[in-house]
Amino acid sequence: MVFEKDLNLDATELRLGLPGSSKESLRISNKRALPDMNDDSGVAAAKKCDQETAPPTKAQVVGWPPIRSYRKNSLQTKKTEAETSGMYVKVSMDGAPYLRKIDLKVYKGYPELFKALEDMFKFKVGKYSEREGYNGSEFVPTYEDKDGDWMLAGDVPWEMFINACKRLRIVRGSEARGLGCVV
Amino acid sequence: MNMNYFPDEVVEHVFDFITSHKDRNSVSLVCKSWYKIERYSRQRVFIGNCYSITPQRLIARFPGLKSLTLKGKPHFADFNLVPHDWGGFVYPWIKALAKSRIGLEELRLKRMVVSDDSLELLSKSFPNFKSLVLVSCEGFTTDGVAAIAANCRFLRELDLQENEVEDHRGHWLSCFPESCTSLVSLNFACLKGEINLASLERLVARSPNLKSLRLNRVVPLDTLQKLLMRAPQLVDLGIGSYVDDPSSEVFSKLKAVIQLCNSIRSLSGFLEVAPCCMSAIYPICENLTFLNLSYAPGLQGNDLTKLVQHCRKLQRLWILDCIGDKGLGVVASTCKELQELRVFPSDPFDAENAAVTEEGLVLISAGCPKLNSLLYFCHQMTNAALITVAKNCTNFIRFRLCILDPVKADPVTNQPLDEGFGAIVRSNKSLKRLSLSGLLTDQVFLYIGMYAKKLEMLSIAFAGDSNKGMLYVLNGCKKLRKLEIRDCPFGDVALLQDMGKYETMRSLWMSSCEVTLGACKTLAKKMPSLNVEIINESEKLESEQLEFSFDDRLLVDKMYLYRTLVGDRKDAPEYVWLL
Repeated sequence: MVFEKDLNLDATELRLGLPGSSKESLRISNKRALPDMNDDSGVAAAKKCDQETAPPTKAQVVGWPPIRSYRKNSLQTKKTEAETSGMYVKVSMDGAPYLRKIDLKVYKGYPELFKALEDMFKFKVGKYSEREGYNGSEFVPTYEDKDGDWMLAGDVPWEMFINACKRLRIVRGSEARGLGCVV
Repeated sequence: MNMNYFPDEVVEHVFDFITSHKDRNSVSLVCKSWYKIERYSRQRVFIGNCYSITPQRLIARFPGLKSLTLKGKPHFADFNLVPHDWGGFVYPWIKALAKSRIGLEELRLKRMVVSDDSLELLSKSFPNFKSLVLVSCEGFTTDGVAAIAANCRFLRELDLQENEVEDHRGHWLSCFPESCTSLVSLNFACLKGEINLASLERLVARSPNLKSLRLNRVVPLDTLQKLLMRAPQLVDLGIGSYVDDPSSEVFSKLKAVIQLCNSIRSLSGFLEVAPCCMSAIYPICENLTFLNLSYAPGLQGNDLTKLVQHCRKLQRLWILDCIGDKGLGVVASTCKELQELRVFPSDPFDAENAAVTEEGLVLISAGCPKLNSLLYFCHQMTNAALITVAKNCTNFIRFRLCILDPVKADPVTNQPLDEGFGAIVRSNKSLKRLSLSGLLTDQVFLYIGMYAKKLEMLSIAFAGDSNKGMLYVLNGCKKLRKLEIRDCPFGDVALLQDMGKYETMRSLWMSSCEVTLGACKTLAKKMPSLNVEIINESEKLESEQLEFSFDDRLLVDKMYLYRTLVGDRKDAPEYVWLL
C-alpha cells in the first residue's frame, strides 16, 4: 500500500507501547520463537537483542513468570541469605563449664550479638571505646580470626568480623589488656 | 404457596438463610417486593470491580451494610503490567461510608490503593468496626496500621496479606490499648520492620479469643515460645524467624510448648529457618490441614520431604519447587486428603535446575484423588502427562499451569500442548478457573470453547495463531466472567465480533495483542455500559501524537474493559485514556 510506504509504519512502530518492544518474533509461523520483549533494563538491552544473531538469552519478559511482586521480592532477598548457610561459631567463657554455639548470621550487628552473649552467659559487656577497648566490665568479648590471632571484638566493621571470626571467647577483663590495637 | 402472602418479616427471615452473594443477587431480581426486602436485610456485599458502581449508590441501596469486599486493580497488576497509580483508591469509599449512617464492621480489600489517611478515617468513623483484611494492597505505612490498632476498640481481625507496606519505625503494635482484648486474628507477616516484642507478648496474653497469629520475620524463636505459652489455643500459626541452636534451653522449651498446641490446623511462615530445628514441628504435623512453606527458601528438598511425611491429614499444601518430583511423590503417598496444591518456583529465572517437571504432577494426580485446585510452576510439561492427569483427576475447579519458558513445546514430541490441555477441560466438567502456558495453537481454544462450559476465569499468554482462538472462547464459554490475555495474535475481528458478550462478563484485559485504537473506540461507542480504558506509558507518545494525531490504526498496548453502571471514572491518571 502506497500509504503505508509513505508513512513507513513498520519502522516507526506505530503502537502505543513501551519503546523497544517488538512483535516481530511472534509472527514467525506456528513455532513461536522466544518473544523478543523488552526486558527490565529497557530500550538499550532490547536493541542489543535485535542486533545479536545468536538466539536471545532468556531475556526477562515483563510480568513473566506470573508471580506476585511481593513474592518475587521476598524470594530474591532470601535467596541471597539462604545461599550462605548459617555461620555457627563456638563461644566459650572463662569459668563456664561448657561451650555454646551461635549463628553469627542471625545478628545484624555488634549490639545484637553482645546482647545475645550477655543473655546466654549472664554477664555485661561494658562500654566500648576505640582507644581503650571495653571499660567498666569484668568480661570482654574476643575472637579468633582466620590467621589464628585473638582479637578484640568490635574494632572492625560487622561484615568483616563475621567473615573473619572462627570462634568467640569471653575473657576476664584482666587478661584482655594488651589486646587493644590490631595494626 | 405464594410467598407474597407472608408478611415481610417472614420473608426476610427466610432470606437470612440465603448467604451466598450470587443467591442473594438472584433473590433480589424476582420481584419488586423481594428486591425491597432483600436490600434492607442485606449485610454483606461483594463488589468485584470497584469501578462498576459508586459508593453512593451502594449506600443508597443497602442501608444495613455491615461488611464490604472490594477489588480494585485488574489481576495482571500483580505482575507489574499495570502502573501503580492506575486507580483502585479506597479513600472515596471510606469517605462516603463515613458520611453516611452505615455501621460498617468489616472491610476486605484486594489490589487497592490504601492511604494512611483512609485507614485513619476508617478507624475513627465506625465505632463497631471489627475486621480489616488487606490483600495485595499498597499505599500505606505502619502509621496507618497504628491508627487501626489505636482506635478500633472492638477489633477482632487485622489481616495483612502480601501488602507492600512502608515501615515507619513507629510502634504500631504498642498502639493496641490495654483495653483491647477482642483479637481473634492478627496477621502481620508482610511487615518488614521491628516491633516491640514485649508489647506483642502482652497483647497475646490479653487476647483469650486469639485463634490466628501470623508473625513477621523479626519475631525470634524465643518470643515464639513465649507466645505459644500464652496462646496454646491457636488454630492458625505463622512463624516468623525459626532459628536457634537445637541444643539450647529455649529450643527445649519450644518443643515442650508445641506439644500443648494441639489445636493448630494451619501452619505457615518460617520466613527465616534453620532446618535442624524443624523436628520440633513434627508433633503438630499430624493434625495440619493447611501447610504453607512457600516463603521458606531456607528449607531444602530433604527437609520438606521429612516434614511432609508427618502430614497425613493435609488438605492444602503451598510449597516451593525445591521439593522436587521425588518430594511430590512423597506428598502423593502421604497426603491422601489433599485438595489444593500450589508449587511455586524458588528461582523464577533459573532454567538450569529443573526442580519439578511433569513427573511430579503425574505422581500427585495418581496419589491424591480429592485434588481440585492446582497452581503449578514447572520447567516443562508433556501432553502425555496432562492426559494422564486428566484421567486421574476429574474434580478440578482451578487448574493453573505455568511453564517457566512461555512458549515451550512438549519436550518429548515437540508438539504444542493443545491435546494435553484439551484433555484437562474435557474431563474436568466443573472447571471454573484455567491458566494456560507453553506452546499453544488455536486448537486449544477450540477445545476450551467446546468443553469448558463452567469456566469463569481464563488467563492466556503467548498462545494462539489467529482471531479464531479468541472467538472459540468467547462463543463457547457461556459462563465466562474474566478473560485476561497477553501477547497473543488476537485483534479487532475477535474483539468486535460479539460486543454484547462483554456485558455478561466482569472484565476483559488484552495487552500486547493486535487490537487497534479504532476498534477500541468503536467498542466504546457502541457499548455505553462498558468502560474501555487504554493504558499508554509510551515516552514516544507525544511525538507520535504530533505526527499521527491518534491514528485509528495504532496498535494498542494495554486495553482493559469492564462493565459498569456508572460510566467513566473520574480518577484516572493522564496516561489512561477513557474512550
